[in-house]
Amino acid sequence: MIAAVDYKAGNLTSVMKALRAVGAEAELTDDPAVVRSADKIILPGVGHFAATGFLEERGLKTAIQERIGAGVPFLGICVGLQWLFAGSAEAPGCAGLAAFPETCDRFAPGRKIPHVGWNSLSIRPESRLFVGVPDGSFVYFTHSYRAPVTNATAAVTEYGEPFSAAVERDNVMGVQFHPEKSAETGLRVLRNFLEWRPC
Amino acid sequence: MLTKRIIACLDVTAGRVVKGVQFVDLVDAGDPAELAARHAAAGADEIVFLDITATHEARGTLLDTVRRAARQLFVPFTVGGGIRTADEAAAVFDAGADKVSINSAALARPQLIAEVASKFGAQAVIVAIDARRAHGNAAPENAEVFTAGGRTPSGSRAVEWAREAEDRGAGEILLTSMDADGTRAGFDCELTAAVSESVQIPVIASGGAGNSRHFAHVFKEGKADAALAASIFHFAIADVRALKEELRSEGIPVRLPC
Repeated sequence: MIAAVDYKAGNLTSVMKALRAVGAEAELTDDPAVVRSADKIILPGVGHFAATGFLEERGLKTAIQERIGAGVPFLGICVGLQWLFAGSAEAPGCAGLAAFPETCDRFAPGRKIPHVGWNSLSIRPESRLFVGVPDGSFVYFTHSYRAPVTNATAAVTEYGEPFSAAVERDNVMGVQFHPEKSAETGLRVLRNFLEWRPC
Repeated sequence: MLTKRIIACLDVTAGRVVKGVQFVDLVDAGDPAELAARHAAAGADEIVFLDITATHEARGTLLDTVRRAARQLFVPFTVGGGIRTADEAAAVFDAGADKVSINSAALARPQLIAEVASKFGAQAVIVAIDARRAHGNAAPENAEVFTAGGRTPSGSRAVEWAREAEDRGAGEILLTSMDADGTRAGFDCELTAAVSESVQIPVIASGGAGNSRHFAHVFKEGKADAALAASIFHFAIADVRALKEELRSEGIPVRLPC
């Protein structure tokens, strides 16, 4: 079973629909016990970084930490990717999971914010999330804050500056774009995550 | 590179897509779910359903139509027309829309923008503005906002209302030029540029699309982030992929292959 963690931020109908479309049996849940029993964990998210505070209050953060430590594959989407970092300038008082030590910042001024629309991916060849996805493929973004490019970056996108469109380290993965809204490319990324098995 | 979006808009009533000819006779243009899927497959970057009846009795039919269309759509999907409350917006999201477009109700009660945005995020709220210039050629900064499907002048200026909508939490502006709408003679690039330069959020241009050069103009001179077209796609007058190929040859970044 795949747990899609519901932290009461925005509309998760599209994510659940896309998971069904790629054949995943996913359960939307805010129950730490369900998260602990899942084979894979997805943290979707649209909205404000502060909403991730709910994860801590409900004991979901501890549950996710434990399962990531036990090797369970984890995928964060949008704010879910940013939450993998130490924190975000969007909500300085709200700690992320800190799987990656850097923090997320707002896009530098000089262009429209939020960054909305289809932008291209520069894919790191060894990435597992992007197996079968041609370099330069387009995916759909909508966000005002972005994660820096680090050694965990799996794909880079440019919007005035390069940022992490995806991150991967061992069983921890995240995508800044919305795979559920990124046509065939997005569904392929979801399928890659679902089919990935830790060695 | 961030691409310019081509958005296919379908006018929906009683579970069907319709298209007005010379603003009167409504011609049946097909099944909304089927047309939405076809446009997405042809490369439309987003799909918009505009509920043109939007009466209370028709809401149930609309939600069914949205649900059916959403099932096979994996590109952003917006629904607009007659959404007056945060609860009505919630029902549309629940049926599978990613964004709602609100127009008259936001002008009548601007706090609606924040009510929807605080619950679903700014990215889920498009404020639609129907604007008309006095005599069609007055300064674009003075273009006036009309409500109720373009029937009622509001007294507000489009540029100022766009700014207020942004401050209140709108994620995008959908700007329709009533002067250009239905003419197929091109978008109102001056008006689009005036609004686009007055806000930080993306502006979707609408009204007047007739050929690919019109799109090129509104992206270049009109500084639009996206452009919407309805009728030109329906009867295969232009297919989205062909349009994008022409735009690319004019140096405009578009999602291709798609």
